[in-house]
Amino acid sequence: MNPSVESLRRAFGSKIGRATVSCGQTIVYVEPGSIREVLQWLKDTPGEEYNYLVDVTAVEYRDPEPPLEVVYELRSLERRAELRVKAELCKDEPLEVDSVVPVWNAANWLEREVYDMFGITFRGHPDLRRLLMWETYAEGYPLRKDFPLRGRFSRAEQVRRALHANPEANYSLDELSIAQAHRDLPADMRERLERGERAAIPDLPDGEDG
Amino acid sequence: MELNSSPEQASGALVSQISPNWVTTRLDFLVNWARANSLWPMPFGTACCAIEFMAVAASRFDIARFGMERMGYTPRQADVLLCAGRLPFKLAPVIRRIYDQMPQPKWVISMGACASTGGIFDTYSMVQGIDTVVPVDVYVPGCPPRPEGLLYGILMLHKKIRGETLADPDLRVERPLEPGGLRIPPRLVDELSEPFGNSVHQTRSA
Repeated sequence: MNPSVESLRRAFGSKIGRATVSCGQTIVYVEPGSIREVLQWLKDTPGEEYNYLVDVTAVEYRDPEPPLEVVYELRSLERRAELRVKAELCKDEPLEVDSVVPVWNAANWLEREVYDMFGITFRGHPDLRRLLMWETYAEGYPLRKDFPLRGRFSRAEQVRRALHANPEANYSLDELSIAQAHRDLPADMRERLERGERAAIPDLPDGEDG
Repeated sequence: MELNSSPEQASGALVSQISPNWVTTRLDFLVNWARANSLWPMPFGTACCAIEFMAVAASRFDIARFGMERMGYTPRQADVLLCAGRLPFKLAPVIRRIYDQMPQPKWVISMGACASTGGIFDTYSMVQGIDTVVPVDVYVPGCPPRPEGLLYGILMLHKKIRGETLADPDLRVERPLEPGGLRIPPRLVDELSEPFGNSVHQTRSA
């Protein structure tokens, strides 16, 4: 068992749930409401110094009863120690948890990926958009257990929506670092960038199903 | 034939007036010979098939023997769109735009099981065969195909090109997407995307 668990219990008391060891890796469960506070403490406290966020991901179990878990994989580069922190989210309530981007910038895209695949909202995230699927993807969250493997729409509808996506709109102006040059762009390009992918999808002619 | 019409109209009118005869077949032979032996590929490599395609392009298999050594990494100077690898829905508008940008005459080779049918990726994110997005001339099976397999596919495309004729006015017509936003009727897309092989054992909700 990683000694950090005892220090966490001393510092946070009942906010720290059970802790187990799996394959030599310590897993500690934390109340979701205080996850940012706990992770900030783990990063800053001398003697803990988990300064590297390896991964943020989520797990949904096959059975309906167990809650969804948001998993934070921490590593201390100086101490060469690892700790896995989990927050359990009940499926009956809105899936929300505080963003840890203020603690580690690395969490930005990791949380976006979790949001994209599981639909978990990270409060305080600076730019919570889909990362892997395109912005107008309307079929839900693919890694949830209630999501059908082949998607919710018919194949024809999926192809139609995909063909209508604007492949140039997957990057925000900031990401392209052309925010400064924005007003120098030709009007049509500026309009296209602002419109993004959100152009209307044409309806099928009568008599054809989607 | 009017003298003040544009060259395309003129040649179109000329071609539609003449039936296949000795002159057109000789002209066809010459044009098709030139086209078939200087195909410039536009490689659209998305996965492991692209590695196999690199082997085909390199010295051991050497598609320079068929006049294909010049990779057109711009669609404007390419004749063959070679989709090597699975096509996710996110790339569907990209390959469609590349296809639209290529000038006629143009052909498409679908390399590998995933590009041709979706392969093992019968999932929410993958196009089930690129023929639902762009018209395909030659399908090369394999996962990935051996370089010899792709060369065989290229030779089949040569054979197809040698059978083309200027007397067919429909052959080189650009066909943009239908008003509904698809290339082919939706029912046909669903039919082409049906699961087959091992995929039929997994239900839609699995």
